[in-house]
Amino acid sequence: MSQVECFDADRALSRIRELKHLDGPLLPMLHALQDEFGYIDEAAVPLIADMLNISKAEVQGVISFYHDFRHQPPGRHVLRLCRAEACQSMGCGKTISHVEQRLGVKLGETTPDGTFTLRDVFCLGLCAHSPAAMLDGEPHGRVTPQVADALIDSARRRQ
Amino acid sequence: MKIYIPCDAAALAMGADTVARAMESQIKSLRIDAQIVRNGSRGLLWLEPLVEVETPEGRIAYGPVSAESVASLFDAGFTRGGAHPLRLGVTEEIPYLKKQERLTFARCGITDPLSLADYMAHDGYRGLEKALEMEPAAIVGEVLNSGLRGRGGAGFPTGVKWRTVLNTAADRKYIVCNADEGDSGTYADRMIMEGDPFVLIEGMTIAGIAVGATRGFIYIRSEYPHAFRTMQRALAIARSKGYLGPNIAGSGKAFDLEARLGAGAYICGEETSLLESLEGKRGQIRPKPPLPAMEGLFGKPTVVNNVISLATVPIILDKGAQFYRDFGMGRSRGTLTIQLAGNIKYGGLVEKAFGLTLREAIYEFGGGTATGRPLRAVQVGGPLGAYFPDSLLDTPLDYEAFAAKRGLVGHGGIVVFDDSVDMAKQARYAMEFCAIESCGKCTPCRIGSIRGVEVIDRIIANQERTQNLQVLDDLCEVLLDGSLCALGGLTPYPVLSAIQYFPEDFRKPAPPPQNGHASQEISKWR
Ligand SMILES: Cc1cc2nc3c(=O)[nH]c(=O)nc-3n(C[C@H](O)[C@H](O)[C@H](O)COP(=O)(O)O)c2cc1C
Ligand code: SF4
Repeated sequence: MSQVECFDADRALSRIRELKHLDGPLLPMLHALQDEFGYIDEAAVPLIADMLNISKAEVQGVISFYHDFRHQPPGRHVLRLCRAEACQSMGCGKTISHVEQRLGVKLGETTPDGTFTLRDVFCLGLCAHSPAAMLDGEPHGRVTPQVADALIDSARRRQ
Repeated sequence: MKIYIPCDAAALAMGADTVARAMESQIKSLRIDAQIVRNGSRGLLWLEPLVEVETPEGRIAYGPVSAESVASLFDAGFTRGGAHPLRLGVTEEIPYLKKQERLTFARCGITDPLSLADYMAHDGYRGLEKALEMEPAAIVGEVLNSGLRGRGGAGFPTGVKWRTVLNTAADRKYIVCNADEGDSGTYADRMIMEGDPFVLIEGMTIAGIAVGATRGFIYIRSEYPHAFRTMQRALAIARSKGYLGPNIAGSGKAFDLEARLGAGAYICGEETSLLESLEGKRGQIRPKPPLPAMEGLFGKPTVVNNVISLATVPIILDKGAQFYRDFGMGRSRGTLTIQLAGNIKYGGLVEKAFGLTLREAIYEFGGGTATGRPLRAVQVGGPLGAYFPDSLLDTPLDYEAFAAKRGLVGHGGIVVFDDSVDMAKQARYAMEFCAIESCGKCTPCRIGSIRGVEVIDRIIANQERTQNLQVLDDLCEVLLDGSLCALGGLTPYPVLSAIQYFPEDFRKPAPPPQNGHASQEISKWR
């Protein structure tokens, strides 16, 4: 899921070229790059700008508008904890504090060893099973501090 | 013999894949002649993973099934409907389901979401078949007469929107499905996309034929990767069977669809922001007019509708406008897909005619709070909806009845809180959410919401409470009046309702200072 790979301009070009024919291709291109490399390298910005004949500032502006796009590679595992209302009503705050303490980082940060990136999310649509979480793209419900510990352990074992 | 194990994300979140693997290995080792079908969810979410087996008496449900209980289920002969502590009886007879009026969700949880044959065997594409025999204006008339109003939040009559697009001449028109479902407490769109994707494709195809559009987009939030994958597969299947493409079902009419991913921005659920995003821009709100129905995607006339609005169109065409409008109350016709969420014992999807009261939904279906503690507050309609106290629970779920109480039916999500909730914190969160998700176009929304968080922090810390409550009130006034869209314009509702109905939470002694927990700051790092 959160496969981190070295940026490679040729591969980046070939990914975005495949999408050039789309109407409104910019978001699909940014997603494709993030899928490929785990993040959007600054070096990709001029490639996209050239291909779409728009300014680099415009590409940069779009990247910065959306919460999903990042310029930094994430950790090997991305754990997202929901902190929207339904999860608040079931005490997601406790789970979040617990995970922050256990991993020693805050929401939005990556552990120094590069194992985990912790992120929040506003709703995963799992609101009958709050608190909800997503680990490397897979959904989890009723994520109490104990369940969160088990998720972290299982991710560690997988490396 | 068939065993049904849901592939819905909520079932997966409770271990459905592990259950499926355990069942698979039991079937192999016991050499049972059984086939596992991954269906959508029935919406009885507290019972997920809800496993069903096909028997001569009908489908029998067991749940919630864990991987550990699989062996004992086989020991109990569950494949023939054998007795077991997890046995729930014939699925259709479970009161929670039996008491519902499933129109939009008629098939969800019954069929294999990606089997077109299943879809057809359960009345699929009958609405399209009817529509193909009708004049465009007659299709629009049928939707108009059904009384269907947009389920995305605003409740605007769908037929009126379609008529505008039909009557606007252009070389190209679009159908856009809003699958951004950002409101906490909602998951109906997700369930349809994962559990019955062809009904959405059929609804959009009918919309295209009705207004003269040949292309469409489904804009799906990135938080829903499973829904996105299911939709993409369903689109490919529909295309390969001639239900999308240049010659829909041999009619000579063309229509095709693409699924697109959002990128984590709540504001992109607002229709004009969504269109900007589809065009590859920052998701900033466009001023209206022009309406998207006249100048929408790439400047062309565009129908933008919510998933549930569009997925309801096939049954309206199939059974007729009158059939649909016979459900409901007042000007809210048909059914509402209620989503019970948060601190609720029996969370799940309840499709019922408009008019059920909030209390009936929460207690007769939901069984009260999950914690068993007294209910204190309910938020309906997502982060922009007011918080209701117990005294307002007899409000019927109806657009006008809710508006009269300064509430919002919105997308039908109901989030329940027990008595441990701190309403000053909820008010603070409403402002924080607005600050994080603001598109940045209007100063009151962009800056005012940050001020709002600070002011509420001061109120909580017991610093000049009276004055700061007045400042907060003024700030809400500015947001109400000075916002281009409902994000800024409605954020005051949860804030003011919290103050109005739960004033004691704004008068508590100041808590001891916390040492820098993340929630004390506005999260700029997302
Ligand atoms: C801040 C904001 C967020 C919105 N989010 C959604 C959403 O996630 N899904 C949706 O269908 N409509 C959403 N809407 C409403 C849309 O702007 C629009 O009214 C709707 O897509 C029209 O479809 P309908 O008539 O079928 O409801 C949102 C509106 C606002 C102001
Ligand atoms: S109210 Fe907020 S989100 Fe809406 S247009 Fe203004 S700044 Fe953008």
